[in-house]
Amino acid sequence: MSTLEFTQAEEAFRLEAREWLAANNPGRLPSMDTAEGAAAHREWERTLASGRWSVVTWPEAYGGRDASLTEWVIFEEEYYLADAPTRISQNGISLLAPIIFGHGTESQKERYLRDMTDGSLVWAQAWSEPEAGSDLASLRATATQVEGGWRLNGQKTWSSRAPFADRGFGLFRSDPSAERHRGLTYFLFDLRAEGVSVRPIDQLDGTPGFAEIFFDDVFVADEDVLGAVGDGWKVAMSTAGNERGLSLRSPGRFCAAAVRLVGLYRERGLADPGLRGAGDEVVDAWIGAEAYRLYTWATVTHVEAGGSVGAEGSINKLWWSDLDLSLHETALSLLGGEAELAGPWLDDYLFSLSGPIYAGTNQIQRNIVAERVLGLPRGGR
Amino acid sequence: MRFGRTPEQHAFSEALDDLLGAADVPSAARAWAGDDRSAGLKIWQRLAELSVTGLLVPESDGGVGADPVDLTVAFERLGYHGVPGPWIESVAVAPRLLGGTPEAGVLSRVASGEALVSVASGGRALDADVVEQTYALESRVGLDTPPPPPLVEPGERQRAGVETNTVASATLSRATVGSEQKSVDPSRRLFDVTAGDEVVTLDPRPALELGTLACAAMLHGAGLRLLDDSVAYVKQRTQFGRPIGEFQAVKHLLADVRVALDFAAPLIHNAALELDAEVPTAARAVSAAKVAAGDAAYLASRTALQVHGAIGYTREFDLSLWILRVRALVGAWGTPAEHRARILESLVVEPVETPSRGEI
Ligand SMILES: Cc1cc2nc3c(=O)[nH]c(=O)nc-3n(C[C@H](O)[C@H](O)[C@H](O)COP(=O)(O)OP(=O)(O)OC[C@H]3O[C@@H](n4cnc5c(N)ncnc54)[C@H](O)[C@@H]3O)c2cc1C
Repeated sequence: MSTLEFTQAEEAFRLEAREWLAANNPGRLPSMDTAEGAAAHREWERTLASGRWSVVTWPEAYGGRDASLTEWVIFEEEYYLADAPTRISQNGISLLAPIIFGHGTESQKERYLRDMTDGSLVWAQAWSEPEAGSDLASLRATATQVEGGWRLNGQKTWSSRAPFADRGFGLFRSDPSAERHRGLTYFLFDLRAEGVSVRPIDQLDGTPGFAEIFFDDVFVADEDVLGAVGDGWKVAMSTAGNERGLSLRSPGRFCAAAVRLVGLYRERGLADPGLRGAGDEVVDAWIGAEAYRLYTWATVTHVEAGGSVGAEGSINKLWWSDLDLSLHETALSLLGGEAELAGPWLDDYLFSLSGPIYAGTNQIQRNIVAERVLGLPRGGR
Repeated sequence: MRFGRTPEQHAFSEALDDLLGAADVPSAARAWAGDDRSAGLKIWQRLAELSVTGLLVPESDGGVGADPVDLTVAFERLGYHGVPGPWIESVAVAPRLLGGTPEAGVLSRVASGEALVSVASGGRALDADVVEQTYALESRVGLDTPPPPPLVEPGERQRAGVETNTVASATLSRATVGSEQKSVDPSRRLFDVTAGDEVVTLDPRPALELGTLACAAMLHGAGLRLLDDSVAYVKQRTQFGRPIGEFQAVKHLLADVRVALDFAAPLIHNAALELDAEVPTAARAVSAAKVAAGDAAYLASRTALQVHGAIGYTREFDLSLWILRVRALVGAWGTPAEHRARILESLVVEPVETPSRGEI
C-alpha cells in the first residue's frame, strides 16, 4: 500500500498513458543528434501529438489535455518506464513555451505553440556565449533597432539541438549602454535566416549534440521580440526556478533508470561474487531515485496549493544530476570489462557527465543554495 | 632506506617529455582513431630509439633489460602525453609472456621497434589490425579438466579475465582476429579474438601483472595531465570578472585531485619494486596500485571536465582524449571490482605482517 494516494481520475490517466505507450512506443531510436535520428525523433513527436501526449499540461486548444501537474509527473513516470525516446522538442515545450504562455503575444502563441507540439518546429536555446557561461549576464551578442525590427550580431554557443533545429530563442544586448542584467531583450529567430550560420560541435560521444551560432546582421521582426524590449533577463528568469525545480528532469527518468540498474545487477551482479560491493551502490541509486520521486510529489503538492519553486530549484538540480552520474557509474561497474564498449549504458553515462554542467553548473547551484536558501553572505563574484 | 626514483629515472622521464611534448601526440591519437596510423607509428619509432620498446626485453635479445620501476616511469609519461597504440601489450606484457617460448624470436624486433604485438586481455585485443601478431591466452585448470570456454564467449569475458590473472597455467596461442568493437575511447581500436594455433602452456601471471602495472602507471600519467591542463585553464578562464581559479569551489576540487594522485604514486612504485623482487604479496600490490591509480585518474577526469565546463564536453578540445582514455583504462587489465576482490582475498587468506613498532 502506497502512502501516496491518487484519485481515480489520476489512476485512470496513468493507465491510459501506459496502454498508449505500450501500443505506440518505438523504443530507443538512433541518437537525436544525428540527421537520421533527428528525423526519427520528429516523427515520434508527431505520433505523440496524434495521441495528445506530447504536452499534457497544455490547454486543449494547443494540443494538450489540461492535465494537472500531478498528471504530468505520472505521465513522465510512465514515459520513462517504457524507455520511450528522448524528446527532441524539449527545449521548445519545456523551456520556451512557459515563457510564451506567460509573456508572449497572441500572435506568438498562434504562430509557435502548436507547431512545437508535433515535432514540426524544433527549437534551440541560445543563451551561452564563449565568454558568458556561468556568468550569463556578461553576454555580448547585440540587437540593434532598425526599421520594423532588429539586427542581431555576435555569437552564441553550446546550443543543444541547434544542428538539426529550426528556430532559436536567446538573449541579446539591445541597449549597448546598459550593463549586465539590464538592457537585454529576448528574441525568437529563424536558424535558417540570412546571416545565421550554425557550426555543429561534437560532444564526448562523437555526435553533434550542440552548436555554435554566428549572427551577422540577422534581421528579426518586432513581432519576434518575446516580452518587453529591455526586459529579457526578467522574462528569461521568470520560469528558471520551475525549470530547475520541476520541469527539466522529472523523477520518472531516474526511477526508470534505477529499475533498469536493478535488472542489470540481477543479470550480472548476483552471479559474480566480485561484484557484491556494487550491490550497495545499486541500492544507493535506488534510494536516491526514490527520494527524488517523493521530494517531487511534495513539490507538486506545494505548487498545486499555489506555491512556487524559487532558489530551492537548485537543491533539486544538484540532487538529480549527481544521482544520474553515480547511477550510471554503478552501471559501468556492473558491466566490468565491457563497460568501455559502445551501448545504451555507455551512451547514458556519457550524457550524465554533462548534468553537473548544463542548466547552471553545480558549483553555481551550490552558491545559490548557500546564499539564497541558507542565507549565507554573498561571496565576491 | 630509499624509496623513490633514481636520478637516472628522472632523466629518462624528462627525455620522454622532451620527445613527446614536441611530437603533437593529440593529432597522432586522433589520426589513429581515424585509421591513419602513420603519425602514431612514427612516434613508436622515436620512442624505440629511446629504448622504450626494449625496456623489458633481455639484453641478449637487443633490449635493455630494465626493471619494472623503469617501466612505470615510461608508462606514466605515455599516459601523460596520451600516446596511442598497443604499448602495454608489446612493451609490458610480451617480453615476459613470450620469453622462453617458441615465439621469443619476435622480441628482438619488438625491442628495435620493428614489430608491434598485441595480447588479448578479457577477450579483446588492442590494435590487432596493425600488429605483426596477436596472442590469446586461455586459462587451463588442470591437464585432465577440459579448458574453460574461450575468453571471448559473451558474458564470460569478465570472469575469464580474472581467471587468467589468477590461474597459474594457460595456453598461449596465435589468435584469430575477429570484428572490431567500438570503445568509449576512439583511439583504442579493440578487436574480438579467438584462440588459434596453440604455442605453449605457461604461467601467464608474471606477464599479466606487468601489464596491469603498466596500465596503472598510464592512468596515473593521464591523471597528472588532466590536472595540469585544468590548473592552466582555470588560471586563464575568467567569469564574473576574475579567473575561475579564484573561486574556492574550483580550487578545492583541484586540490583533491592532487591528493588522490599523490597517494597513487607510491603504490605504483611499490608494486613495481615488489614485482621486481618477486615477493609473495606482489600481486596484491599491483592490484592496489591499479585501484588507486584508476580512482585518482577518474577523479581527475571528472574534475577536469567540471572545471572546464562545456568546452571540456567536446571532442574537438584535446582534453576529451584523456577523459575518454581514462574511462576506458579504468576497466582494462582487471576492473576495480576484480582488483579489490583480489586484495581482499589476499588480506583475508594470507597473514598480513604487522609492522614492528619501529617501522610505525
Ligand atoms: C551538454 C550541454 C548542453 C548545453 N546546452 C545549452 C543550450 O542548449 N543552450 C545554451 O545556451 N547553453 C547550453 N549549455 C551551456 C551551459 O549552460 C554552460 O556550459 C554553463 O552555463 C557553464 O558555462 P561554461 O561552460 O562557460 O563554464 P564556465 O562558466 O567557464 O565554468 C567553468 C568552471 O568554473 C566554475 N565557476 C564559474 N563561476 C563560478 C563561481 N562563481 N563560483 C564557483 N565556481 C564557478 C564552474 O562551476 C565550472 O566548474 C550546454 C552545456 C552542456 C555541457
